Amino acid sequence: MTHTEISDQKHQERRQRRKRRNVRLLVESLAAPTVAIIVLALWQFGVPLLGLSAFILPTPLQIVERIGTDYRLLLNNTLVTLVETLAGFAIAAVGGVITAFAIFYSRLFERAVYPLLVAMQTIPKVALAPLLVLYLGYDFAPKCFLAFLLAYFPVVIATVVGLKALDKGMVDLVRSMGANEWQTFIKIRLPAALPNIFGGLKVAVSLAVIGAVIGEYVAAERGLGYLQLQASSQFDTTLSFASLIIIAAIGVVTFWAIELVERRAVFQREAAK
Amino acid sequence: MNALVGATRKLKGVDVAITNLTKIYQTRDGNDLRALDPVSIAITPGQFVAIVGPSGCGKSTLLSLVAGISPRTSGTILIDGQEVRRPHPKVGVVFQTDLLLYWRTVIDNILLPIEIKGWDRTRYTARADDLLAQVGLGGFAQKFPSELSGGMRQRVAICRALVQEPGLLLMDEPFGALDALTREQMISDLQTMWLSVKNTVMFITHSIEEAVFLADRVLVMSPRPGRIDIDLHIQIERPRSWKSRLESKFVEYMTQIHEIFEARGVLTNS
Repeated sequence: MTHTEISDQKHQERRQRRKRRNVRLLVESLAAPTVAIIVLALWQFGVPLLGLSAFILPTPLQIVERIGTDYRLLLNNTLVTLVETLAGFAIAAVGGVITAFAIFYSRLFERAVYPLLVAMQTIPKVALAPLLVLYLGYDFAPKCFLAFLLAYFPVVIATVVGLKALDKGMVDLVRSMGANEWQTFIKIRLPAALPNIFGGLKVAVSLAVIGAVIGEYVAAERGLGYLQLQASSQFDTTLSFASLIIIAAIGVVTFWAIELVERRAVFQREAAK
Repeated sequence: MNALVGATRKLKGVDVAITNLTKIYQTRDGNDLRALDPVSIAITPGQFVAIVGPSGCGKSTLLSLVAGISPRTSGTILIDGQEVRRPHPKVGVVFQTDLLLYWRTVIDNILLPIEIKGWDRTRYTARADDLLAQVGLGGFAQKFPSELSGGMRQRVAICRALVQEPGLLLMDEPFGALDALTREQMISDLQTMWLSVKNTVMFITHSIEEAVFLADRVLVMSPRPGRIDIDLHIQIERPRSWKSRLESKFVEYMTQIHEIFEARGVLTNS
């Protein structure tokens, strides 16, 4: 065999290997959509087969149709819930990160506040909702507060853990270069904690959606939670499902938005490996 | 290129004078732990001093005191005639692990001390590039640490220490985490590099061979609480190669250190 023949053969082998890899990646990326389509199809065709009415279980297409016809109603209420969620989340994110810094830098603050935070976490916050209505009224405030309350703790914990996980050698390193604490924080502590902080934020934003919706369940005149409750009380199961799907969509989209920011802000340790 | 920032420019080594330096740690149960018994060392500018001793003898403690990142209990440390109260600006440190920031590229890692000291980044970028080329990492400036091998990472860490043009380079078992073969190469490369800059070096190691190969002077430390047992001047010509290890002088120095360790019970003959 000549040299070129050997290299040709190698070339071909490599191309085949790449092809096989591409096929595998394609199959993997199609796995989740395929499962989703199968579940939806079972749902769509199973409902008439079982003789269920839309009042018990509407089909996916009926729900989609309903979202189309009632989009204005749904959109208005979605905006209400979204604003409550984002406001609560924003306060939780900023407040949580600041609390975590205080806990990290002050031993006294940690001793004074951390146990209380943990204790507070054991309170089922859903049970606070009626009280919040009493104190904060029927409007925006209790929903926002509930969203904040649910989202706050994971941000604090994740940030504290991230700050504490830093290799002490890194601190020695920048100290040896003459860094002050502010420089140590900006150059080392914060960037090293960012993956944890974003992890906390992602958990938090999902919880903020739940907080806002629960707030609406208890007492509200607007919002997707309110809409869903109204629909259920009127046996409008299709609208109830439509609201549910949009609530889930808010969760997915906000989560995804944070991930997008994370990808720009944080160097992924694993990505380069 | 500006001759001032050339990588191979000789650095002005500084002198180090350590007198009656001690360190006592408070343990968790309130007892005192003497990590370092009174130690006095005088190092002349441009000297390569290796400090060799068993684990826990206080040699790393000694280094962190000289680096100014840990407060001493008593005694004095003078670097370039100045008392060390905080990290001295003329000192660069290489630690046991590379401690590269994984979110920064190689070049940004090397320029970290420049940023922290508030020096002109663009001026030192050329020097950083030169240093990288000198350690055989010419095309790696924009890579991330996770794309490098252990040996390459430690080379970058050495570049990061040298970019600040330190009159005193402190190295704390810099090759301890590397495999034997990589280590062999790094030792030889460090010698080449040092011969081109000729600054003062304090090199901590637990390898007798590494110490004798690299140093002008080997200080042997006894087990905790640490103090200097002997001060050996290594008179073997540079540049030293692997063949130098076969020279009778080399073997003699090694034997001397071995015997001390045996006498102190650090090493025993079976």
